[in-house]
Amino acid sequence: MAVSVDEAASTGPVRDRTPRARRFGGRGRSVLEVALLTVLAVVMLFPVLWMIETSIKENRDVYAIPAKFFDFKVTLDHFKDVFFSSGGGRSSLSVSFLNSVVVAGISTVLATVLGVPAAWAYSRFAVKAKKDQLFFILSTRFMPPVVVVIPIFLMYRQLGLIDTKLGLILIYTAFNVPFTIWMMKGFVDEVPAEYEDAAMLDGYTRLQAFRRFTLPLLLPGIAATAVFALIFSWNEFVFAIFLTSGDSVRTAPPAIAGLIGGTTVDWGLVAAASVVFALPVLVFAYLVRKHLIAGVTLGAVRR
Amino acid sequence: MSDPVPLTTDHPGQVASATPPEPGWSRRLSDRWLTVAFISPALLLLLAMSVFPLLWALYLSFTDYSATRGGSAHFVWFENYTAILTSAQVHLRAFTTLIYVVGAVTLQTVLGFTIAYLISRRTHGRGLLTTLFLVPMMLSPVVVGLFWRFMLDAQFGVINSMLGSIGLGQVEWLTRQQTALISLIVVDTWQWTPFIMLIALAGLTAVPKYLYEAASIDRASEWFRFRTITLPLVWPLLLIAVLFRAIEAFRLFELVYILTSGGPGVSTETLSFHVYKVAFLGFNTGTASAYGILMVLIVIVLTQLYLRYLNKLKED
Repeated sequence: MAVSVDEAASTGPVRDRTPRARRFGGRGRSVLEVALLTVLAVVMLFPVLWMIETSIKENRDVYAIPAKFFDFKVTLDHFKDVFFSSGGGRSSLSVSFLNSVVVAGISTVLATVLGVPAAWAYSRFAVKAKKDQLFFILSTRFMPPVVVVIPIFLMYRQLGLIDTKLGLILIYTAFNVPFTIWMMKGFVDEVPAEYEDAAMLDGYTRLQAFRRFTLPLLLPGIAATAVFALIFSWNEFVFAIFLTSGDSVRTAPPAIAGLIGGTTVDWGLVAAASVVFALPVLVFAYLVRKHLIAGVTLGAVRR
Repeated sequence: MSDPVPLTTDHPGQVASATPPEPGWSRRLSDRWLTVAFISPALLLLLAMSVFPLLWALYLSFTDYSATRGGSAHFVWFENYTAILTSAQVHLRAFTTLIYVVGAVTLQTVLGFTIAYLISRRTHGRGLLTTLFLVPMMLSPVVVGLFWRFMLDAQFGVINSMLGSIGLGQVEWLTRQQTALISLIVVDTWQWTPFIMLIALAGLTAVPKYLYEAASIDRASEWFRFRTITLPLVWPLLLIAVLFRAIEAFRLFELVYILTSGGPGVSTETLSFHVYKVAFLGFNTGTASAYGILMVLIVIVLTQLYLRYLNKLKED
């Protein structure tokens, strides 16, 4: 943006010497800027590339000193270890991935089912102290998980929900509902209320108007919101580690973190498991990149 | 003869306008019913899973309850609170948290804004650059923590390997008191710089072009343009991003847990890590609840600030 302004400024003045000097200065500067950006991009991406590289290296090369950047043997053994145990059956990591899919999937569906109608109601109707209610809803999402988990732990112990998928699903739903409401309210606000009014003049009830006319228009927004909720639940760690312990219930983040518990750490396996874990997130995040700002600010900032 | 025709077409309209009181009344009633039916399930879930636990924690914070010892809880009133507020241990953790939050958020803001500014000056490849820079932010803190732990390993970590190859000495990043907290700040900065960048970029691209054009007609210097046009227009949005990051950094637990477990000694123990130790290793549930409630109060203050600025931004 500023670049095009510079060009306009340098072609504008009719005098001969200043434009040339300015253009040269502009080019030197822009080379410097590109170089700086490249360096920053390399620094930001290096850890990710290193993780991928480690996941396909043989163990010997993983621990090589000095580190091997290019000349290493490629192997997919670590990825095999992520999914299959040495005995041949399924590994406990693969079970945890499956648990993550179940927990994140169901909690996302629940959060969507609860959050979308609420967002619509907040957007369309006069609700008492609407702003306060919405702010209250968002502020529950900001509570420190380590603090919330203490009473939740005691509550779950009473209800027998410790070490169950249902317990995790419930807390993740509660954790995604505020986000869904805030995010979806933005999308509902964008659909003119007049569509529903017109439908109601045609004889539809308010509910029918919502279902037949507004809801179809909201579908892309719902999809984007659900994807973010899915990512949040998929990445969640604190509740997972305190509320579950059994291999059959544990989700992937605590399972992967558990790989570094022993005296020796198989970093190749850790890297492969991390890649398998992070890949779907990156794909999903790419799909919703248009809504990324709203998504990462919990639906609060929209541009 | 043409008269009856308009009359008959008029007729249904008149019927419709004669009836409104009835559907209008039922419609208003059903609107209210719909509002309650649509909002209350979500609110009930939040009450059960967020408000009720916090109230329970509030109750426990006035007792000497311990989750392992069981038995009944005795009221000790404000004993837990005075114990925490006067504890030198807690003061130390608060100081560590302060350094961590201020250090990480400042670094992220400076770096993130710089990257956003540089990207906004490019005409080509903006989308690709932005996408590449955003990768760290989408990763789980667990993955980030694990990976940096491997890279910062004193023996076979790639960072020390690179330092070695340019002739610098080895650094025990995570096992030295002075460097462990710095490492924590660096890793958090690596992950969250993209967040600030993303929001700053949105602000920068929203600055109307004609302002710059007007300024360049006035022969304003670049620094002057930056200071009087860019910064004031981007600042409100940037402030929201900074506050958001501050809340998140204050809550942070995973990274400390994975990267250093609070060590060496207690040099990287933040408040949220300490509260975990009190609750789940010391099993002083009452004390931990009081601790937690105090942390919630801080978060509420920060959140109120955040929401106020957010509100201001939306009204403009």
